[in-house]
Amino acid sequence: MEVKQRYVDDVVKGFITWSIVWGTVSILVGIYISLQLAWPQLNIPPYLTYGRLRPIHTNAGIFGWGIGSFMALFFYITQRLTKNPLWSASLAKVQLYVFNVAIALAAVTLAIGMNRTKEYAELEWPLAIVVAIIWVMFSVNIFMTILKRKEEQMYISLWYIMAALVGVTVLYVINNLGMPLNLFKSYSAFAGTNDANVQWWYGHNAVAMVLTAPPLAIFYYYLPKVIGAPIYSHRMGIIAFWSLIFMYLWTGAHHLLWTPVPDWIQTLAMAFSIMLIAPSWGAVFNGYFTMNGQWQQIKDNYLVKFLICGITFYGLQTLQGPMQSVRSFSAFIHYTDWVPGHVHMGTLGWVSLTLFAAIYYTVTKMLDTELYSESLANIHFWLVLVGQLFYSVTMWIAGVQQGSMLLATNTDGSLHYSFMETLVAIYPYYKMRAVSGFIYLAGLGVFIYNLYKTYEKAGAAAPVTEKAH
Amino acid sequence: MLEKNPVIFIILAFVVIMVGTTVTMIAPFKWINSESDRIAEVKPYTPLQLEGRDIYMREGCNNCHTQTVRTLAADVERYGNGSTYSKSGEFVYDRPFLWGSRRTGPDLARVGIKYPDPKGAWHRKHMANPQAVVPASNMPAYAFLERPLDITYSERKMKLLKFPYTPADLEELKGKSELDAIIAYMRKLGTDIAVKPAAAAVAAPAAGKNPFTGLAPVKAEAMSVYAKDCASCHGDKRQGSVGPALRGSTLSDADLFKVIAEGKTDNGMPAFSGQLDEQKIWKLVTLIRFGKDTD
Repeated sequence: MEVKQRYVDDVVKGFITWSIVWGTVSILVGIYISLQLAWPQLNIPPYLTYGRLRPIHTNAGIFGWGIGSFMALFFYITQRLTKNPLWSASLAKVQLYVFNVAIALAAVTLAIGMNRTKEYAELEWPLAIVVAIIWVMFSVNIFMTILKRKEEQMYISLWYIMAALVGVTVLYVINNLGMPLNLFKSYSAFAGTNDANVQWWYGHNAVAMVLTAPPLAIFYYYLPKVIGAPIYSHRMGIIAFWSLIFMYLWTGAHHLLWTPVPDWIQTLAMAFSIMLIAPSWGAVFNGYFTMNGQWQQIKDNYLVKFLICGITFYGLQTLQGPMQSVRSFSAFIHYTDWVPGHVHMGTLGWVSLTLFAAIYYTVTKMLDTELYSESLANIHFWLVLVGQLFYSVTMWIAGVQQGSMLLATNTDGSLHYSFMETLVAIYPYYKMRAVSGFIYLAGLGVFIYNLYKTYEKAGAAAPVTEKAH
Repeated sequence: MLEKNPVIFIILAFVVIMVGTTVTMIAPFKWINSESDRIAEVKPYTPLQLEGRDIYMREGCNNCHTQTVRTLAADVERYGNGSTYSKSGEFVYDRPFLWGSRRTGPDLARVGIKYPDPKGAWHRKHMANPQAVVPASNMPAYAFLERPLDITYSERKMKLLKFPYTPADLEELKGKSELDAIIAYMRKLGTDIAVKPAAAAVAAPAAGKNPFTGLAPVKAEAMSVYAKDCASCHGDKRQGSVGPALRGSTLSDADLFKVIAEGKTDNGMPAFSGQLDEQKIWKLVTLIRFGKDTD
């Protein structure tokens, strides 16, 4: 009990709260821009156009919700796995403030048109420097906590955490190199095809170091905790980890198939993307086999539902991704809505389902209480699952339909459909996709209500405990 | 030991990450944008075009429009506008690249060939209200770009990017709107690369005779070509819009053919000889000659 009290958990709570705030912003903006695609009159120039809002949606999702909650959970996990309180509680607290200011400024600067246009690296240089500083503060705090640990062995989760700390630093710094014109504008340090190659080396490895390694760290920690059984294979974890971080970095150019990027880079990217199935599924199998003898829990334990569904989407994602990286298939679906369908299975499915479980578990542990309502958690689960599937499936159909129409030719080699015919054909799917967003939002609402009630319940219980002292 | 020493672990993780990075990201700098990539005809941006490009970035146009014609037949046919697929040397002045990742709207790598009009009449109408030109479009309206262009940093931008410019280039910026700038940028896109006219089409006017004497046999195809290539300027029922009405003509068939094949660049009419073969152009001539107002 004494050890537990020394852990720094206030900042964990802070990051959880704020990551949920930014996640909600991301979903709201996402729904708004999905409606704009079906009803363009919803664009309100100059600030609220699709072109300016879409980066706000992606940045709030990736940096606000994703990285915000990773920071919360890494602080939580690292302290437990090292049996050591956080190296600096005050540094973490400062980090939370700077993080929130940075995300808010990101939204404002993107809305006024300060946009480098490199995807997921849109922020102009002064803000990019702030983001880098936040990451260094975070990395130092986590690393020093690990260095001064009381537990000699470093569990798998800590490897993924450390890889993410190093990886994100390298990626973010290089892709943000530029030539500042003034405080509000800079030009990329790289030109044309080089810039494209650097960008997608960054873009795809942001998937590795932000949307794969951190949720895997979280998954490896929480699944055994939740089901009360050890991870199936430590050795498989080691092999999967090293091969994953080795192979990922070769694959960026699969975003650039059939473009002027040299063919050999494209071919390497394609080959390594296929090879990545192995380490990705190493983690999936490790998750599944850990469940051996525990499968009844998927009925009884709401957290298992989130986690196992999450890792299943990870498995599907890492089969679909390599498929899309093959030249012939890419020719068909690249630049269509298939790709947002794929991305949202990863973000709404894999990453968010894992985060929901981890947040439920962490909050109830920190508050030392039961969840307010398990049945609400189940409703949350089904709403976000249906919302996400509805999103992805409609976008896959839209992508296949538009992709096949765009490529269709007449017998003389001329095109069969005009561009507008292909766009008009997918409008019904845009409307359905907007509906899926509302379903997901409803799930998120239930999640937030449930957490709020849990906090409220714990708050009401707290004075009683104090009296007992 | 690895699992017990975080310092060694982190160094090793860095090394592992840098292997693929070195091969696929750092090494290519040796080849990409080297002399063998250069295309002599590709010129840097003028101050006005560069300001237009910056507005394109500010508005996030890259979220819906790509700028690379892939080496796929359908891509070249749809977005090549009679030219070819994109080559690395076309992008050496692009910082950042603007290839995009999603085609909610069409690819713009060669849009300058499609709308060559020096006054940019099509763009003006389309940017002010896209649905007035393309009724089913989902593009936002950019009427607000009709405001004075801020040229405070124009010269500094040219110096920073080491692009050549003359005092006349800077003089040209005065009194321009943001819309003028983005149209100047649109008009530049893809025009450095020459369009190869299809040999058959150029030779055709000499033959001079429309092989089709009635509309009925060719109507379906003529209307399909018209919808794809002509309607956005001449109206979906040939009633005229940015371009003149095409309901009958005082020109001879051979002259109509010539206008379609070779264009009238000064008026904004592009040349279609690179995209349409002789038969298709004659079918369009036939449609203009015999089509009813309701067709």
